[in-house]
Amino acid sequence: MEMPTPDPGILAKKGRVVARLSDVLPKDAVISDISETRAYECDALTAYKCPPLCAVLPASTEEVAAVLKICHEEGVPVVPRGSGTSLAGGALPTADSVILGVARLNEVLETDCDNRFIRVQTGRTNLSVTGAVESDGFFYAPDPSSQLACAIAGNIAMNSGGAHCLKYGVTTNNLLGVTMVQMDGTVVEIGGAHMDAGGYDWLGLICGSEGQLGVVTEATLRILPKPEGARPVLMGFSSNEVAGACVSDIIKAGVLPVAIEFMDRPIIEICENFAKAGYPECEALLIVEVEGSPEEIDAQLGVIMQIARNHDPVELREAADSDEAGKIWLGRKSAFGAVGQVADYMCLDGTIPVSALPHVLNRIEEMSQEFGLKVGNVFHAGDGNMHPLIMFDANKPGDLETCEAFGAEILKLCVEVGGCLTGEHGVGIEKRDLMDVQFAAADLEAQMRVKDVFDPAWLLNPAKVFPLKASEHRRSAAESAAA
Amino acid sequence: MLSPATEEDLAGILAERSEPLDVQGGGTRRVGASERERLSTAALTGITLYEPGALTLVARAGTPLAEIEGALAAEGQMLAFEPMDHRPLLGSEGEPTIGGVVAGNVSGPRRVQAGGCRDSLIGVRFVDGTGTIVKNGGRVMKNVTGYDLAKLMAGANGTLGVLTEVSFKVLPKPEAVASVLLEGLSVADAVRAMSKALASPFEVSGAAHAPVGVDGAPVTMIRVEGFGDSVAYRAEKLRNLLSEFGPVAVETREGRDGGVGTAAGWRWARDALALAEAEGDVWRVSVKPTDAPKAVDALDADRILLDWGGGLIWAAVPPGTDARARLKGIPGHATLVRADAESFKRLGAFEPESVPLAILAKKLRQQFDPKGILNPGLMG
Repeated sequence: MEMPTPDPGILAKKGRVVARLSDVLPKDAVISDISETRAYECDALTAYKCPPLCAVLPASTEEVAAVLKICHEEGVPVVPRGSGTSLAGGALPTADSVILGVARLNEVLETDCDNRFIRVQTGRTNLSVTGAVESDGFFYAPDPSSQLACAIAGNIAMNSGGAHCLKYGVTTNNLLGVTMVQMDGTVVEIGGAHMDAGGYDWLGLICGSEGQLGVVTEATLRILPKPEGARPVLMGFSSNEVAGACVSDIIKAGVLPVAIEFMDRPIIEICENFAKAGYPECEALLIVEVEGSPEEIDAQLGVIMQIARNHDPVELREAADSDEAGKIWLGRKSAFGAVGQVADYMCLDGTIPVSALPHVLNRIEEMSQEFGLKVGNVFHAGDGNMHPLIMFDANKPGDLETCEAFGAEILKLCVEVGGCLTGEHGVGIEKRDLMDVQFAAADLEAQMRVKDVFDPAWLLNPAKVFPLKASEHRRSAAESAAA
Repeated sequence: MLSPATEEDLAGILAERSEPLDVQGGGTRRVGASERERLSTAALTGITLYEPGALTLVARAGTPLAEIEGALAAEGQMLAFEPMDHRPLLGSEGEPTIGGVVAGNVSGPRRVQAGGCRDSLIGVRFVDGTGTIVKNGGRVMKNVTGYDLAKLMAGANGTLGVLTEVSFKVLPKPEAVASVLLEGLSVADAVRAMSKALASPFEVSGAAHAPVGVDGAPVTMIRVEGFGDSVAYRAEKLRNLLSEFGPVAVETREGRDGGVGTAAGWRWARDALALAEAEGDVWRVSVKPTDAPKAVDALDADRILLDWGGGLIWAAVPPGTDARARLKGIPGHATLVRADAESFKRLGAFEPESVPLAILAKKLRQQFDPKGILNPGLMG
């Protein structure tokens, strides 16, 4: 992965930058010793590492503004970092950048059940937002699988999804307002507790901009009343095609489950060996979950089970109680860990139109033969968000490169059938150089013009999202302007 | 009026153009009023892709809303965000287009549950002010590839580019609908009742209040939708939950005793028909729901309607009234929807943004419309 050459001028003035940052932050909030900056050298995409110039841990919007103002004046790039769980390298530093971690911004500022929102500082973890309103009967809907660790700041930057977004939407559909600090230190308030922010849809633009337009320090989030109950059903099928057809029929029937999860044979076997969830031996498994009162659940599952029966399932199992529900989810929820036990793996997240599912799964299987690497598929089938896990051996020379080449081919296939490179993980550095597969030059140019508005010097989260070649003249123009 | 029939023709017009244009779809919701030459997308028509099994629909911007809703209804599906028809309120004519709906981010009562237009929007094609064709998003409902310019275009009212194609996530049409009705409530009690209903697990898909209802008395409407038995169950639960506010009636799809009927009742709320007959200017105010009673007092309007559990207030006030001045100190924003040309000019259709946002907005327009030809002045 190509990264820009670190600016020697910035490396040379590390002492001054650290000193200026130390003037505006508490002593323990500036980390500059090389033995300690290593903790920030990568996120969950561990194949790429680079310690930053230094890391700062501000604890208020004012401190964030002070940090950004200094970095702006000094022309130093800034990489915002939530909890570092990005699978796309969204928080990978460059050697000449300051990591801005939001971990100390972790307060709940306001909860309001009458108006159904919570206002938090964005270093707070996703799950702890739900934790703050659970006793009032509410929850925060977006539920990425890293929800125990991931921060709201990162969720907003990447517009994170989760298993339940078929019904509840992703982060952008649940964000009502933000406090954001621009690269020059200007603080802007956008939206709030009212449902409809005025003016342009700044919230929609900022959500998913991968920390390149500003640093979001506070967020007003929509909270929802918890459903009365939920129950999953497990279905096994003799082929991926049949499972795919069943998904389509469920959606067409007018039932809107909260989750439809899909697992193929390699994943079923690995999960079953690992978790002993009692999964049947078959080509494809679906887990479909619905919500409501017990009677409502019975009615919805009645419709869903009838559709499944029409597709001649090899197994059809409805959870009778919460133990059985837990067992059905057990294998699925341990899928990534289970695969990690048998191999190193790379997790992709391209999205495809649901109708293209069987074709894409067949093509991936063929490519698996060509590249000589095994693939398992586990994903959110209701919305077409795939998660192919390519298994490889990190100790075997060339295997990572083969895996990356294979991954790129899968993502190109996703685009070819009408889908996209990433459904919920973000572009980061991982998919940066594939962006021109999905976008024409004018499409990327339009996005980069937005970046020009918010961060004309191109200092925020450098070398992410846009192919280096596409952004080259902008970055060098900004650099010579600074010099 | 310019009315290009292809995206390429539109791009050609904008590339050449140096004089300001008034961009519109079907022209049923002209925001403000100007004497500029009009550019309409009404000739860019046709549904280009509809996959019911994938809950996805793509259409050219000028496609009539009615055509889209018809095609969806034939498959038992719908646009989740329930866009209003502005014609009765504004006394306008013409055919609402899907592009116009997106440009205005027009969102109806179901917003409280399913989100607004921008939440259903998954992709756009547009031509910017230099004549460049841009694509963003696509036809899949989960997509975080690059910046989300589709949301930026929703509600930009044509000031950053002219929409040529829009893609949506659609939803199954509910099998049954019921309204839970309360009569005679004050605005304050109505907001409390709606908050209570919206905080329940019974999946409320609409919550509106009219101090002057169809039959002249105050009415509070709470909607539930879904499969028949489930709707009956949840309506009954809500009836019990809200009994502290007085007698609660449940109205089903067919309406009771020659009543207005559930669907008609929600169309009445959606299209703000409570204000259609009222004299004067019409404002649309967005506030925190529990601030609604305070905002209603401050507005001192001749006629009001509350939607979104109180989060949206429609208000009819005497011509020329500056509703924003009356609302000072209450967080939110107010949009002028119906007034004469002089009032639009003096007050502006949209609430001015804060200084840092106004600066960003200006720079954004310079990027996407450097010649200043797309509805200049409309959004600041």
